[in-house]
Amino acid sequence: MAAAFEIKNVNAFYGATQALKEINFSIEEKTVTAIIGPSGCGKSTFIRCINRMNDLVPVFRLTGEMLYNGIDIYDKSIDVIDLRRKIGMVFQKPNPFPKSIFENVAYGLRIHGINKKSVLDEVVEKSIKKAALWNDVKDRLNDSALALSGGQQQRLCIARAIATEPEVILFDEPCSALDPISTSKVEDLIDELKSEYTVIIVTHSMQQAARVSDYTGFFMMGDLVEFDVTKKIFQTPSNKLTEDYITGRFG
Amino acid sequence: MGRVAYHKELIKLEDDVYKMAAMVRAAIIGSVEALKARDIKASKKIMKDDKKINDIRYKIEENCLLLIATQQPMAVDLRIIAAILSIITDLERIADHAEGTASINVMIGKDEIVKPLEDIPQMAEFAVTMLDNCMKSFKNRDIKAAIAVCDEDDKVDDLYDRVYADLIQTMIKDPKKIEGATYLMWVAHNLERVADRVTNIAERVVFMVTGKIEELNVSKY
Repeated sequence: MAAAFEIKNVNAFYGATQALKEINFSIEEKTVTAIIGPSGCGKSTFIRCINRMNDLVPVFRLTGEMLYNGIDIYDKSIDVIDLRRKIGMVFQKPNPFPKSIFENVAYGLRIHGINKKSVLDEVVEKSIKKAALWNDVKDRLNDSALALSGGQQQRLCIARAIATEPEVILFDEPCSALDPISTSKVEDLIDELKSEYTVIIVTHSMQQAARVSDYTGFFMMGDLVEFDVTKKIFQTPSNKLTEDYITGRFG
Repeated sequence: MGRVAYHKELIKLEDDVYKMAAMVRAAIIGSVEALKARDIKASKKIMKDDKKINDIRYKIEENCLLLIATQQPMAVDLRIIAAILSIITDLERIADHAEGTASINVMIGKDEIVKPLEDIPQMAEFAVTMLDNCMKSFKNRDIKAAIAVCDEDDKVDDLYDRVYADLIQTMIKDPKKIEGATYLMWVAHNLERVADRVTNIAERVVFMVTGKIEELNVSKY
């Protein structure tokens, strides 16, 4: 399998505070990679570097290389809007726009200048189906998205992310605000998404990381302590710190 | 701060396994001593007490499942619990072998033992020493000691060979002793199985430490 991302000697800073230290690893395409670690370990910083969300933080600075398909994401020639279309993101709390279900999913296409009804109809239906939400909403596409349950809203956000045909989807604790049934629906969906997309998920739930991912990276205080296949991390981790964290001996 | 209550439960679980191993040890030694002393009453008590060993086994098993269900153990914790689930099965079967020896003493009843008991008590000694060392290796997470336990199994197998050959000779010389010799053969067989089961436990100790399951000693029997 080919590497989608190659992270080389990446250091990240917020002003004088170093949030990531000399991070080196690769992420395979069309796999699910989970990022785990205690609060403040750098996992959210890391995932936000991938689609340059940290650019919005004025004091943020990054050194090293983050290659996506061999091209440095931080190269001056990169169009950030285009990058974020290729690398979609789903956040911790479902954040649908105060618009109809249909318009939420069509939004990304409209800002890219696509307004043809037949195209929008097709993409919206396809995206909502892929997000396993179609049966819940097919009869009320023009209702407000805010009327959906939390779990449905989160799947709508996934549909919205899928609609612009990204190659990578980043999930930042996507289930932390969801009940167990909605959580398992999102997890099943992640499992299906990996046949078409590269998925990177930050999660506080180690059980979730163990369930959904192929690879897991354990971050602590800005260091990538261990990165390996998920099976290995949760059964026989190589590093004592990883073992202490996943068995709850600290953190 | 780690998960204090959970880790206390894990330690308690392990303590119960040591308790069970001590009960099993007493049953093996007791069953052979009772046979040697022709003490039917003691044998009957061992048979009765086997229920207590079964009970502690079920209690440990239940606590393992409870920890899995409520605490989602991972990595070494999960391996400890998986190892314990397997170890208590072997310990319980070892106790059944002790019970078997006790019931043979009851069956022999007032009849004479066909041959002085020398090698059989020695087999029991070796087998419980293996069990002691094995439980120590479990406590100390000591793979080398666990592997050494498996090597000890050969000593028990050699004694078994000798007891078998002696008893065959006894039968050939005096066919009237066939029944009594067969009883003793069962006792020796029980002890040989005890040692084999201890090697299973040693394999689980290695698994618990390394995550690898491998056969450490292929018994002749």
